[in-house]
Amino acid sequence: MIYLIISIVLGIIILIMAFIALYHRNLKVAILSAGVVSLFASILYLLLDAPDVALTEAAIGSGLTTIIFFYVLNKIQRNDAEK
Amino acid sequence: METLSIIGACITLIGSLFLFLGSLGLVRMPDLYNRIQSGTKASTLGTLLTLFGIALIYPNWSGKLVILIVFVIITNPVSSHVISRAAHRSGISLSKNSVQDDLSHDNQQQQEPNAIKP
Amino acid sequence: MVNTILIIAAVVILLSMLLSLFRFLKGPSTFDRIISFDVMTISSIGLIALIAWFANRIIYLDIAIVYGLLSFLGVIIIAKFLEKSL
Repeated sequence: MIYLIISIVLGIIILIMAFIALYHRNLKVAILSAGVVSLFASILYLLLDAPDVALTEAAIGSGLTTIIFFYVLNKIQRNDAEK
Repeated sequence: METLSIIGACITLIGSLFLFLGSLGLVRMPDLYNRIQSGTKASTLGTLLTLFGIALIYPNWSGKLVILIVFVIITNPVSSHVISRAAHRSGISLSKNSVQDDLSHDNQQQQEPNAIKP
Repeated sequence: MVNTILIIAAVVILLSMLLSLFRFLKGPSTFDRIISFDVMTISSIGLIALIAWFANRIIYLDIAIVYGLLSFLGVIIIAKFLEKSL
């Protein structure tokens, strides 16, 4: 019962965040919302009894991808400013 | 044993209410710095109480839960401090009702003597 | 008794996540969204601890530790980059 409630609420949050990541005009907000998507997806993996997949998803999807995206965005903006 | 579990469950409920109040402050507050204040401090206390209640229900799990509590206590204020410093440096203004801004005053005082000396 | 109280606690934590989602949708600047991200991560640590109680497995608490570490690291690095670029 409680698993069903948690799954429905997290699914709604994931859908809204995915729409923001697709259609928002500010790139930083899009990267942040993509991080939130993988954060809650890992809780959904946890509800499906797969703790190892949840660990990998949290480490790579939410941590590494967000940091690398911000690093690349910073480099691109600096190159634009130099030209 | 049974009463200890019920006390732990009530502490967990109080912690989740603190998390809810922190998010309510995140919606209602007028300013970025007030939002940082309410969001981070209330959610730190809420997470701490939630984990402590579960440690009272299952005493076997208290090792990992104590590690988690110490980690949250150390890291969460640091991250809020870093965010507020970055926001102040990138020029986000305070709300109209706020009275004092010591950090910008200190920055001005640091810059002026270097300009006057030579 | 304990089960009912913990189910109510989990529902309250989900409500707090929905409120911080509202701030994420509305927030005027990027820093509001970072604060909302931080509050969502901290609340989900509590939610993972509750799920570990419901499923009765201690291995789930390790994932909560990894969550806390990644949230701290991510927020600090994002704030650093924003401070440098703006």
